[in-house]
Amino acid sequence: MVSQVVAAADEKPQQQLLLSKKAGCNSHGQDSSYFLGWQEYEKNPFDLVSNPSGIIQMGLAENQLSFDLLEDWLEKNPHALGLRQEGNSGASVFRDLALFQDYHGLPAFKNALARFMSEQRGHRVVFEPSNIVLTAGATSANEALMFCLADQGDAFLIPTPYYPGFDRDLKWRTGAEIVPVHCSSADGFRVTRAALDDAYRRAQRQRLRVKGVLITNPSNPLGTTVPRADLEMIVGFVAANKGIHLISDEIYAGTAFSDEFVSALEIVAELDNPTDVSDRVHVVYSLSKDLGLPGFRVGAIYSSNAGVVSAATKMSSFGLVSSQTQYLLAALLGDKEFTKGYVAENKRRIKERHDQLVEGLREMGIGCLGSNAGLFCWVDMGHLMRSRSFAGEMELWKKVVFEVGLNISPGSSCHCREPGWFRVCFANMSAKTLDVAMERLRSFVESSSNVTRRAAAAAAVLPARSISCPLAIKWALRLTPSTADRKAER
Amino acid sequence: MATSAMHGEDSPYFAGWRAYDEDPYDSITNPKGVIQMGLAENQVSFDLLEDYLKEHPEASDFGVGFRENALFQDYHGMKSFRKAMASFMETIRGGKAKFDPDHIVLTAGATAANELLTFIIADPGDALLVPTPYYPGFDRDLRWRTGVNIVPVRCDSANGFRLTAGALQAAYDVAVAAGTRVRGVLITNPSNPLGVTIDRAVLADAIEFVARNDLHLISDEIYSGSVFAAPDLVSVAELATAAAEHEQRVHVVYSLSKDMGLPGFRVGVVYSLNDAVVSAARRMSSFTLVSSQTQRTLAAMLADEAFAAAYVRSNRERLRDRHAHVVAALRRRAGVECLRGGNAGLFVWVDMRWLLVGDGEAATVEGELRLWRRVVEEARVNISPGSSCHCDEPGWFRVCFANMSMETLDVALERLSCFVPTGANTSRIQSGYII
Repeated sequence: MVSQVVAAADEKPQQQLLLSKKAGCNSHGQDSSYFLGWQEYEKNPFDLVSNPSGIIQMGLAENQLSFDLLEDWLEKNPHALGLRQEGNSGASVFRDLALFQDYHGLPAFKNALARFMSEQRGHRVVFEPSNIVLTAGATSANEALMFCLADQGDAFLIPTPYYPGFDRDLKWRTGAEIVPVHCSSADGFRVTRAALDDAYRRAQRQRLRVKGVLITNPSNPLGTTVPRADLEMIVGFVAANKGIHLISDEIYAGTAFSDEFVSALEIVAELDNPTDVSDRVHVVYSLSKDLGLPGFRVGAIYSSNAGVVSAATKMSSFGLVSSQTQYLLAALLGDKEFTKGYVAENKRRIKERHDQLVEGLREMGIGCLGSNAGLFCWVDMGHLMRSRSFAGEMELWKKVVFEVGLNISPGSSCHCREPGWFRVCFANMSAKTLDVAMERLRSFVESSSNVTRRAAAAAAVLPARSISCPLAIKWALRLTPSTADRKAER
Repeated sequence: MATSAMHGEDSPYFAGWRAYDEDPYDSITNPKGVIQMGLAENQVSFDLLEDYLKEHPEASDFGVGFRENALFQDYHGMKSFRKAMASFMETIRGGKAKFDPDHIVLTAGATAANELLTFIIADPGDALLVPTPYYPGFDRDLRWRTGVNIVPVRCDSANGFRLTAGALQAAYDVAVAAGTRVRGVLITNPSNPLGVTIDRAVLADAIEFVARNDLHLISDEIYSGSVFAAPDLVSVAELATAAAEHEQRVHVVYSLSKDMGLPGFRVGVVYSLNDAVVSAARRMSSFTLVSSQTQRTLAAMLADEAFAAAYVRSNRERLRDRHAHVVAALRRRAGVECLRGGNAGLFVWVDMRWLLVGDGEAATVEGELRLWRRVVEEARVNISPGSSCHCDEPGWFRVCFANMSMETLDVALERLSCFVPTGANTSRIQSGYII
């Protein structure tokens, strides 16, 4: 029984009314560095014309490169906005949409989405519309899947570095735990079998029951597609452990500009006995990154596990997609000619912008992890830190935000084990703005190198994954001297 | 959690839906099909919305604002839309309560709002007190993923199912005796399934009760725009500001699904003057944001105060007419009475107890379900049995009237009147049960 008693009439009743533990909980991913960066940006946002000395937002993985293509389509297809048309049955489209709250989703939209997702994977996987569960964004999809697959206290293994939002999305209301799978720059941050096994053992030591592995492919924050061999290893790991699932968050699938993207579902389909594992592999998708429509809240769970689809469908009641939006997107994604052209052009622009960032950084002696996807690069700025520590990373980050005027994301916020890495977004601004950002960073680096000579002493070693690395790169990628010597950072 | 049956979809409430889904009435193509009177939808005022949209294409077109709208995923929600919602909620309450847009949190429907508030005010294993009969969906919305329990507050026909302080206390005592920590009371005002507004005195009792026991009060006012007869709605928002020390514990849930007939657009609201609740609710709403496209369309519509006021007025009148028609027809032609004082909602709460009893038989839930199955199978009408709403007295049914055309409604009423047995028994038994 709650102990607080309402104060007597002459006292001012100021007690904070007790809320749940979840309400008071801070582990929802809004850590202080992220927040601070955001605050600074909000106080002083860059604008090419009206505020050229403001802070440039490079911490937001948005795709603003291809809106014109969508706007053109909308102009040519006003019917998709739907609310003034006559429908087939004579009732207005508006009326039908207004009433449509079936958690199975609008059939036309699911059909179009299934086809679109198949097309994204070169039709090497065929998506059945009935296996799709629509949710209000991938945020909602990931949480719903956790509710379906994990009970309070169960754990999922997640390779680091990972999207900071997972701490909130996967753990907050579900009570599930995340056990990080440590990936290091020595392996190009690839997931190794040893790392998976190590994470599994750590979970067991913490008396956590492992319910699955969650990967993001293409990776956020690395910007890399997961290599086929690694996917086979991961699927094999899951196949061998009968009680565990694999969630593959493929939200960035459409940003893979080098045609090397392989979906987890392809690996499953290629197995001798797909049925051993096919009901334990689930894909999450969303239109927030590929199409740049985060505001529309369109996410999906894809699973061939009937139990998961059934439970997730019922759960989607708590986060359905607006029927008005389903209708619009059914028309958009159903236009095959449009989607073909959009996908190709969008990738081309992402690659172009990616190259602009990578080249710009290379010229100032800053290296990136070789990448072929995503809306960001994973940048090694370790040589610019004054000390090889997370304290050093924070110090550098604050300088970059406050002095250089770029809001980038420190690797520690992504649970990276090695200090000095930063996620830098490139697709949420114009090419000109990116130039300005590069210029500012160049000045900063030049003034920094006058202060410290450490960068010059770095051994140039290419990371293990060389397939995606541009050839003949002369940048110095400073690696930690010896992983064994490193102590765990605070 | 996935495998539990807590989603509630095995109850008769949903089974009736299935009967309809398998054989839905259509005046032309399937005139013998089942007429759906178990769905509380509002279809009586679509023409008003359609007219508005025709005259205001800028509400559905993006104009030059497409990319900004497409990018907008701020969990604070669009300011213009929150202002429009605040204004609409004030209009519905005749200006008797004020709503601060900065205390509005948007969610994808009231389903999400109720679950979210439950996550915020209660821990797994705790309980909310909910007066019976109540909306069957609460069993899922409040309990499934939250792990929170519902302790029913028993209301019965002796006083028209009015909530009493005594009933609240009794429920509270039951919870305490079971070692369960009660965190709040959830009322629906106007009530679903009763179709009545809650008295000012009862609300004051409820607020006093939660204050005395240091609890929260959630008032689901999803039907607030459908109050078509006296007494006017008294919202907790009105009372809470009057008694300022209690405003921290009172939270309102709203949605456009019933008043505006827009369940597909997924628009719900959590409103609270408790900053900690608002802050937590906003962060949690990340899992259930309203599409920015939809926010934009509805902001335009609801910000048009003249339109909104006219809509609320017309909608009320049409519901009033429907309601009166249904009550009269049921009484005259089927010999069944609706709960006295019904003045709101999209349904009537019908007393069919006298149809359950034969000589010397007591009314039972089994009897109610038998009657319900006969209504579905013989009369070919789906109505909702009171037991699915946790009503303690068998024989009450919720019958919806706003989700069909007048023509279909009349067909349904005709079928119900044919279904009810005629004969000497009826008048004798009726007299014992009319309230």
